[in-house]
Amino acid sequence: MNDREPAAAATEPAGPPAIELIGIDKSFGAVRANRDIHLKVAEATIHGIVGENGAGKSTLMSILYGFYQADRGEIVVRGRKVAIASPDDAIAAGIGMVHQHFMLVDNFTVLENVILGAEGGALLREGVAMARAELTRLEREYELQVDPDAPVGELPVGLQQRVEILKALYRGADTLILDEPTGVLTPSEADHLFRILRQLKEQGKTVILITHKLREIMAVTDRVSVMRRGEIVGTLKTAETGPEELAELMVGRRVLLRVEKAEAAPGAPLLRVENLTLVDARGVKRLDDVSLTVRAGEIVGIAGVSGNGQSELLEVIAGIRPATSGAVFLADGSDLARSADPARRRQGGLAHVPEDRRRMGLVMAFEENESAILGYHDDPLYRSGAFLSREKVRADARDKIRRYDIRPPDCRLLTENFSGGNQQKIVLAREMERGPDVLLVGQPTRGVDIGAIEFIHRQLVAMRDAGKAILLVSVELDEIRALSDRILVMFAGRIVGERGPDAGEGELGLMMAGIEQAGAADGRSGPVVPGLALKGVPTR
Amino acid sequence: MDFQAVVLILDSSIRLATPLLLACLAGLYSERSGIFDIGLEGKMLAGAFAAGAAAWWAGSPWVGLLAAIFASVALALVHGFASITQRGNQIVSGVAINFLAAGLTALLGQAWFAEGGRTPQLPGEARFASLAWPGAEALRQVPFLGPLYGELLSGHNPIVYLGFLMVPLTWWVLFKTRFGLRLRAVGENPAAVDTAGISVAFLRYRAVIVCGVLCGAAGAYLAIAQSAGFIVNMTAGKGFIALAALIFAKWRPWPAMGACFLFGFLDAIAIRLQGASVPMVGEVPVQFMQALPYVLTVVLLAGFIGRAVPPRAGGIPYVKER
Amino acid sequence: MSAPAAKLPLWVEVGLIPLVNVAVAFLVAGLVVLFIGESPLQAVRILLWGALGFGEGIGFTLFYTTNFIFTGLAVAVAFHAGLFNIGGEGQAYLGGLGAALAALALDRVVPWYVTFPLAICGAALFGAAWAFIPAWLQARRGSHIVITTIMFNFIASSLMVWLLVDHLSPAGSMQPETRTFAAGGALPELGPLFGLFGADMGAAPANISLFLALFACLAVYLFIWRTRLGYEIRATGLNPTAAVYAGISTVKVTLVAMFLSGALAGMMALNPVLGEQQRLQIDFVQGAGFVGIAVALMGRAHPLGVVLAAFLFGMLYQGGAELAFDMPTISRDMIVVIQALVILFAGALEHMFRPGIARAFALMSSPQRRRLAAGEEAP
Repeated sequence: MNDREPAAAATEPAGPPAIELIGIDKSFGAVRANRDIHLKVAEATIHGIVGENGAGKSTLMSILYGFYQADRGEIVVRGRKVAIASPDDAIAAGIGMVHQHFMLVDNFTVLENVILGAEGGALLREGVAMARAELTRLEREYELQVDPDAPVGELPVGLQQRVEILKALYRGADTLILDEPTGVLTPSEADHLFRILRQLKEQGKTVILITHKLREIMAVTDRVSVMRRGEIVGTLKTAETGPEELAELMVGRRVLLRVEKAEAAPGAPLLRVENLTLVDARGVKRLDDVSLTVRAGEIVGIAGVSGNGQSELLEVIAGIRPATSGAVFLADGSDLARSADPARRRQGGLAHVPEDRRRMGLVMAFEENESAILGYHDDPLYRSGAFLSREKVRADARDKIRRYDIRPPDCRLLTENFSGGNQQKIVLAREMERGPDVLLVGQPTRGVDIGAIEFIHRQLVAMRDAGKAILLVSVELDEIRALSDRILVMFAGRIVGERGPDAGEGELGLMMAGIEQAGAADGRSGPVVPGLALKGVPTR
Repeated sequence: MDFQAVVLILDSSIRLATPLLLACLAGLYSERSGIFDIGLEGKMLAGAFAAGAAAWWAGSPWVGLLAAIFASVALALVHGFASITQRGNQIVSGVAINFLAAGLTALLGQAWFAEGGRTPQLPGEARFASLAWPGAEALRQVPFLGPLYGELLSGHNPIVYLGFLMVPLTWWVLFKTRFGLRLRAVGENPAAVDTAGISVAFLRYRAVIVCGVLCGAAGAYLAIAQSAGFIVNMTAGKGFIALAALIFAKWRPWPAMGACFLFGFLDAIAIRLQGASVPMVGEVPVQFMQALPYVLTVVLLAGFIGRAVPPRAGGIPYVKER
Repeated sequence: MSAPAAKLPLWVEVGLIPLVNVAVAFLVAGLVVLFIGESPLQAVRILLWGALGFGEGIGFTLFYTTNFIFTGLAVAVAFHAGLFNIGGEGQAYLGGLGAALAALALDRVVPWYVTFPLAICGAALFGAAWAFIPAWLQARRGSHIVITTIMFNFIASSLMVWLLVDHLSPAGSMQPETRTFAAGGALPELGPLFGLFGADMGAAPANISLFLALFACLAVYLFIWRTRLGYEIRATGLNPTAAVYAGISTVKVTLVAMFLSGALAGMMALNPVLGEQQRLQIDFVQGAGFVGIAVALMGRAHPLGVVLAAFLFGMLYQGGAELAFDMPTISRDMIVVIQALVILFAGALEHMFRPGIARAFALMSSPQRRRLAAGEEAP
């Protein structure tokens, strides 16, 4: 464990810190989300809090914003101890928060959203007039232009975020918490956001930036605290550290993802995607002219920051939603893109391990054996006459439980009672055991413990070696690099490039950030930090 | 049909529209806050019974009105407890409220008054009387304006005026006050309200209580203004017509008045047309007119004429995200 | 604070908690009786005697039970698909039309056992059709099925009054009802069966549609839990997103589930129309469609639970009639109150007692945990 806290504290500027957390503890049931957190945030600085998904960052900030109450510990704002029992108290203490999922009322105007909760009286008239004037001032001061009378739901995401910032400032926030603010932004929007944050700092505001992207930490913060498994494992001056050190702190130990595998021997194309385009209900292009081929005996990995079209790509290929235009061909050559019919694709030899097993891959209230035939319930294998045969379904489930070492080995147990890793194994067993020609895999190891990760990776490689085509989507860059024979990078709904498995993290990271590269060689000399968390110990 | 007949039909439309309007606005407050309410019918019925019983005991319509509001708010709080605090299914809760009211009113009516569930016939002073506007009599002979003033505007009981006054008032509350802003917000995105430091539960409880008050007034109108006492199941589906009107009005106050007036008008026509023949069409079955509000609502909901989009958070219990 | 996510044994989840919910509903009903000024215990005694104490009472209880099995199953099937069918009342009403048309066409020509299957088809088809329209509107046009089925109850009511008054009543009759069916349109009563046990069913109208209802329970059980379509219905009801992923058509599930639900509701009409009255009357459903909601909630949408809950409500309806006779202050509307309380406590408030029971359970289960719990609460 890195213990640089005292060193950092020694260089603290005079005056009480804007925020000080002392000994914060918080548990949800058996899970300790925060343990003994001590944190000082100096006034008029940008303080980053970095950590992997599930490290406890959001919980900590929710406590500071009064959304949850800590089990133990104190909050001190500008040297004064405060009790924050609700967002109301936090606002009164001068703390504002920009949530990851915006807390906006879509059919309200910007102005209405800004004054909600700070109307300044029982009647709206005065408050509205005041807010209008104040918005004009804030706009001038912080580069926060936005039309006050526009309905928020019709604004682009970047502007909606600005409304969130305006909301906090209008309430007189001195300290602004931003929770993963760039997850939904384009790079230029993110740059604009960082300009705004620097502006805020210059005006004396304190900013707490929660993120798992090291690039952002390096780009904009003065100081950074690293969280791991509910604890703060170090607080450093940004100027005195680098992404390598932070990454190591985040992960705890360098987990080198190595998957033993032989050289790929690709055969005939089993999945071809041509010029796939998907325009969503709001008219936004989620997929933009995507073409790719996956051949027998290879794993093609799709790297990208989440939200850049990977999910949509999987769903369109799997037939869950129809494409706007383009074509999807399986080995038999039929074009499937326009019809959304997952059942037909399964019959055509395409299996799909969805990104979100809880929401999509399993029925939590089903018994394990029922979840284990989801999507294959029409198979004659499980029939006896007109009925589904319980005996056959359960025998099949028991067989898979044994071979995939699913625990506890009880096919009558409800699906929700299995751990994340075992639930994932239920899905994998279901989708892999039939020997499909093509396997789509989304986030195969999200929320899965280390032992299961290894098992899952070995299964995928074995399947490749058996001559199947695998398309892998993961936000874990290490996983993509360890498993893939070819890597495609997605950005803003497009495939922006292809690299071999030996491509450098930095190079891929730049591509994922949508930064065009003059030549492949340049990539290595550019900024080295990927836009992504490193693979590490998964939590929860 | 002469002018006099038209005035009479319009006049009776106003009378028939009043309970619909009150119940519809009641539903508007609740549903705008994100609490679906198919229990308008039950709350109205409970209000009608309480009004009939209390007005008979006290001999005063105002006591009746208060009792109606009290009974209706009590049921509204049950719905609120189930929907807000216990995060139960709002539809199921609404169904329960309707049966609870139907059962309890008839049961208590029989137990207390032994007249087959009805409350005793009310004397005139225990009912809301019509308010004659100044000069209504004098102007009666003036052609056109006289009947309009005398029949349409003047000569209704206080609850009618209350009902129609509630329309601009509701509009004003909804769009010009802090409470209204928050109410509209909590029905669309309760998380936004919560993070703004406002209690979602308290806000919704207030909306549900306002809903109870207005349903109570609607019930009181039926029992002690329009009629002279409560009779079993006297709402006869009016709560559901009000719900239909609410959907028709797309959860907005002024259109709500329009929809309620339209449905009241259909009802008035149906009564008027009973057995009469309409030129070109022939005899229109009275049942057709009665079913028309429901049919229109179905057609509207199916999106064949415009689209009715309910408040986004409606029907979904609010749970803080982890 | 929200309910703790503690895992409870199966018997607590599906046995104890529902039982506690229903018990509380009846306790509150007892308070209402007390409030009226009568003795709840005395009322229960009269009610039980009225429902089960003599042959005729049992006959009536079984007659009502038959109605409620059908309507309860109707609501239950829709529940499994994640749909709330409040339209059972209207669907049963229309089902009566289908049954009556079959009977009117055949009753003078063929014996009852020829009419019966056709009347079943008529009742089921008409009821199903009346449910199918809201289902189609939800699946294809996105209108809310709860609202549409409510509206369809009222439309059914107007439609049936119009048909009965203007078209189906025999010429010269002022009664809004069809002519009385001949022997070919009347279902055999259960009297002889009662006779085997030495009981006398008296004037009670229980008839062979009870067996149809029980058969429907078995069929529903097999359909929902043993067929592929039943699997698809349950998957959709429990997790619509996963169902789409699995290639299950939500449209198909909605249409099939509502069609079956409507058919079951429609078949309820056989019991009163062919079994009891041998004619189609205005308002013959008498709220049975709504009782189905309480029955399905109380029976937790399982056919076995539905049979038990339907029997309980059958007892209430019959026993309630006796009660109203013996205690005039307690009219039959008491049953509606109980029904409402069951819907409230077993439906809308179903999780109210769960945290308390979970805590009690944690305290009782092991001494270690007891100490732990005590320790947690001490500071």
